[in-house]
Amino acid sequence: MSTKDNFIKVKHLYNRAGFGISYSNLQKLSKKNIHKVIDGLLEEPKEDDSLKLVDESEEKRQLLVQAGLYAKKDLNDEEKKMRQEIIRMQNEISKDLNIAFISKMINTEHPLREKMTLFWHGHFACRSNNPMYAQQLNNIQRKHGLGSFKTLLVEVSKSPAMLNYLNNQQNKKGKPNENFARELMELFTLGRGKYSEQDIKESARAFTGWSYDKDGTFIFRKNQHDEGTKTFFGKVGNFEGENIIDIILEKPETAEFIARKAYKFFVNDTPDETHVKELASHFYNSKYDISELMKKMFSADWFYNSENVGTKIKSPAEFLVGLSREFFVTYNKPTVLIQLQSSLGQYLFNPPNVAGWPGGQSWIDSSSLMLRMRIPSLVLNDGEIDFSGKADPEDEAVIALSRAGTNNANASAKPKSYVNANANWPKFLSTLPRGLTPLALTEFLLQPRLNDKITNMVSDNKGLRSTAVEITSMPEYQLC
Amino acid sequence: MDRRNFLRNTGFVAAGSLFVPAFMKPLEAMALDELSLYKNLVVVQLSGGNDGLNTVVPHGNDIYYQKRRSIAIKPEEVLKLNDMQGLNPNMKALQEIYDQGWMTIINDVGYPNPDRSHFRSMDIWQTGSDSNQFLSTGWIGRYLDSNCQTCKFPYTAIEVDDSLSLALKGQSKKGIALKDPASLFRNTNDPFFKAMLQSEKEHLDEDNLGYLYKTMIETQSSASYIQNTSKIYQSKSIYPASGFANQLKTVSKFISSGLKTRVYYVSLSGFDTHVNQINQQGNLLKQYSEGMAAFLKDLKTNNKLDDTLVITFSEFGRRVEQNASNGTDHGTANNMFIFGGKLKKQGIFNDAPNLSDLDTGDLKYQLDFRQVYGTILDKWLDVNNADILNKKFNTLDFI
Repeated sequence: MSTKDNFIKVKHLYNRAGFGISYSNLQKLSKKNIHKVIDGLLEEPKEDDSLKLVDESEEKRQLLVQAGLYAKKDLNDEEKKMRQEIIRMQNEISKDLNIAFISKMINTEHPLREKMTLFWHGHFACRSNNPMYAQQLNNIQRKHGLGSFKTLLVEVSKSPAMLNYLNNQQNKKGKPNENFARELMELFTLGRGKYSEQDIKESARAFTGWSYDKDGTFIFRKNQHDEGTKTFFGKVGNFEGENIIDIILEKPETAEFIARKAYKFFVNDTPDETHVKELASHFYNSKYDISELMKKMFSADWFYNSENVGTKIKSPAEFLVGLSREFFVTYNKPTVLIQLQSSLGQYLFNPPNVAGWPGGQSWIDSSSLMLRMRIPSLVLNDGEIDFSGKADPEDEAVIALSRAGTNNANASAKPKSYVNANANWPKFLSTLPRGLTPLALTEFLLQPRLNDKITNMVSDNKGLRSTAVEITSMPEYQLC
Repeated sequence: MDRRNFLRNTGFVAAGSLFVPAFMKPLEAMALDELSLYKNLVVVQLSGGNDGLNTVVPHGNDIYYQKRRSIAIKPEEVLKLNDMQGLNPNMKALQEIYDQGWMTIINDVGYPNPDRSHFRSMDIWQTGSDSNQFLSTGWIGRYLDSNCQTCKFPYTAIEVDDSLSLALKGQSKKGIALKDPASLFRNTNDPFFKAMLQSEKEHLDEDNLGYLYKTMIETQSSASYIQNTSKIYQSKSIYPASGFANQLKTVSKFISSGLKTRVYYVSLSGFDTHVNQINQQGNLLKQYSEGMAAFLKDLKTNNKLDDTLVITFSEFGRRVEQNASNGTDHGTANNMFIFGGKLKKQGIFNDAPNLSDLDTGDLKYQLDFRQVYGTILDKWLDVNNADILNKKFNTLDFI
């Protein structure tokens, strides 16, 4: 295989398995065998990489105070104030947690791991007012994101965030709440139509007593658990929650449901059922090893077929993270990242419902597309799109400067637009090979194949910086 | 200048033909005479869960006063509509509208197995789903998708906001969100944007890229159409100075200038009144009522009130009993308002909420909100509601 072919393959792989790639890294990896590159993506970090934004002991202390205040019937003014103050702080911390997650995606050296976390974040979609619970769930999705699907599923099901979101706290012997059992099968494992209403009723009984205590630790409340016999998918037994999960995982439909969902997320909005079946049987035979599933997908020839390259609409998170990574963007006022997520329709940690974000073309409407096309110029260029295509003399000077090793050309702070972000142009330009033409930069930054119009638009360009802003503002940049 | 001349004289039609592809052609072919026959729907969303019982106050019911010792509206302050119900005193502006016969109040609208989460319940109202069903398209979006005679243009549904609500997103078609037609027009006339659309017919068949270009083309042509149609219109009516009234003013401008848009969507938020409800809700109801009254009178002046139907909803009502913080917590069924110049049943549509027959402290619904949607779809937007709502809902006779 030629390096040129491998260049295109690795670029595609990193666009889907990660959030894009720098030119220099791409050049380096193109010299390797693609299977080695895939193995590299699957490597586990050596250190604990969980989010640690929320201070758990402080959070637990507040939870206890809050629980005390809620239990009281009549609050005096000071207690009322205290309660409001706690709610206000939880909101603040929730925002910080959102920024911590997106910043991690922007800065990570393990892009597939964060991409998987994002995938599971949408699959096990959940909202929690409590940032400690939200952080726990996010860390579960990261820790097991490339591990055993069974462990992931069990851990998610036992997390206070999900127990609370799907009302399992109210699921008690004699008064079952079926919400969790229903979503477990409809959205997390089997898919609609693969189970009966009776299966939901029976399995809900098995999950009675799954709960968490005051400081957010899973607890099995035996006195609330229905110990009677349950009939689930034709099997009869004294089932508890984990037995139900085992029976669900014995069904190949579960492997197929997850494989199809991963295919739609990583490969193509429209699943090719032959490819999905191929993935599903491999996943099932590997005993639900998520790494095996992903490796199989990224190693498949069809993954690199033209119908799967440059044809997926980036989610808002992929778009924002990819842009920020490529140009080493720092946000001086990080809450703007929340505003942008929200305006683009993917406010992380706040999915529309337990089914997650529908994705695909639903990301795009007139206003979200107009905004997407504006964001690169706001983030990278403080406002206006430099469309004149004129030579951008500072590029060369900056390249020279950064090559000389004095990497502080960024110090010249200009007045900022409301986005108030800095792209690190010297760093970006230093990743590019000497003498790269605007056209070659365009080919690198865009995943869809170039057409005459774009070729003509950039062929007269002289500056790389202005070209980069122009390219990232194009509809083609919305695809990966 | 006569509007029709103006339309013909602007560059719109000529410029449009440069990049407007085949599926947009009906725009040019459309007969301008149809304009005056256009029926509009305006949806007003009150976000946060408006407390319906302090909006339309059951002043004739002792249980209301027992359950709301510190936040009940005193009988002498209620703007009485009949022996049982009356409006919150902050809604004085709507009294006149009500007396004119331009307002209908539907009590206890809800759905089975109600959800008390804002997000989820709003999701249910916007998609028109069952409470255990997850739809990724909105009810107005599916109306656009149905490709009916009245819903084929990309500007058929407009939300006056910066971003588009799920309610207006269909599978293949979506409404347009805009706060200010002039700025959308400017953005789509940006040289870069225009250059991207030059000779862009080749992409239109490709799946996702084609969809992006199609969206851009529709945005541009809609922005031109909206701007060129509405810019000459000057409202003579005076609106109160609030963001909400401004949204309505924009809608009125669009309707009165003859825009062929069928559905408008606006919202007002802040109704999640867990604490110190009286002032907070009072201010919002005042904004709402004054804005609505100005809007409806403006439409009347322009002879558009008979062609316009306005509905107001919130994702849920609140619990019957107040909480310990002089507020109310999330509840279930709630009232809806219908406004228009040609209402079949004016005033109060059905029985007041029954406060002695509650479902664990919450009102039981009398009517499914999809019966209201269904009525509007069948009788106002001229489509079969089963095609949009996935099953047939019985219609009501408020229109």
